[in-house]
Amino acid sequence: MADWTDAQRKTVASVWGQLDAEIGAHALARVLIVYPWTQRYFGSFGDLSTAAAILGNGKVAAHGKVVLQALEKGVKNVDAIKSTYTDLSRLHCLTLKVDPDNFRLLADCLTIVIATKLGAAFNPQVQATWQKFLSACVIALGSQYV
Amino acid sequence: MTLSAKDKAVVKAFWAKISSKADAIGSEALGRMLTVYPQTKTYFGHWSDTSVGSEPVVKHGKTVIRALGDAVGKIDDLVGGLAELSTLHAFKLRVDPGNFKILSHNILVAMAVNFPADFTAEVHVSVDKFLAEVAAALAVKYR
Repeated sequence: MADWTDAQRKTVASVWGQLDAEIGAHALARVLIVYPWTQRYFGSFGDLSTAAAILGNGKVAAHGKVVLQALEKGVKNVDAIKSTYTDLSRLHCLTLKVDPDNFRLLADCLTIVIATKLGAAFNPQVQATWQKFLSACVIALGSQYV
Repeated sequence: MTLSAKDKAVVKAFWAKISSKADAIGSEALGRMLTVYPQTKTYFGHWSDTSVGSEPVVKHGKTVIRALGDAVGKIDDLVGGLAELSTLHAFKLRVDPGNFKILSHNILVAMAVNFPADFTAEVHVSVDKFLAEVAAALAVKYR
């Protein structure tokens, strides 16, 4: 799919290496707050009625971790992102029935949460490489939709 | 999607907070957009340099963010307040309106980088909604 230079590989690994376990939780909470229609997929998560409730919701936090663990597979396999996410793509289409546009929303929120964490170190070149990686993941997750 | 009274208050408060760094945020956002979404450079063929920190990028970033600051002041009537800018974008600049979303994203990233503690999820949603309303107001005259 995408071609990666050595510099880009290093950048993706470097960004990943600076993320803590809570980033996934923060990113998912942000998606649910900034794009509230995404809450449609989380009916079983309990109280999502306010930003405070979402930020304090244990199920959101736990699921944010699951998402981040799945993203790690892509980080470790940048040359085979499409095949890495084939099964997850089918799951999201057939079982979870998630509109694939939501993957882009999550990617954007994750980028912004990372920007708050890394600050100026998340410079335009790093942002470009990181978003290239996330775009590949987003496309891969949508690739098995029928 | 409309701006609630709370959204307007949040946007005004956050804009006041960032005002001392607004020009830098505008320039940074534009630089990020041109780097991360290289197709946006197609609108700036008349610039000698589209790189981050270059003179035209710094200058134009200021122009854009100051116009957004004005829009904050006109938040109760963005369509009316941005009518002239809409005419400019529709008939002279003819920027594909899909790019408003792209620039908005990069403005949010620049805000997140420069004000990590203040750019909370609640501020994020209100500012994102504001930028979307501005984009819609800019697109009014397109067709």
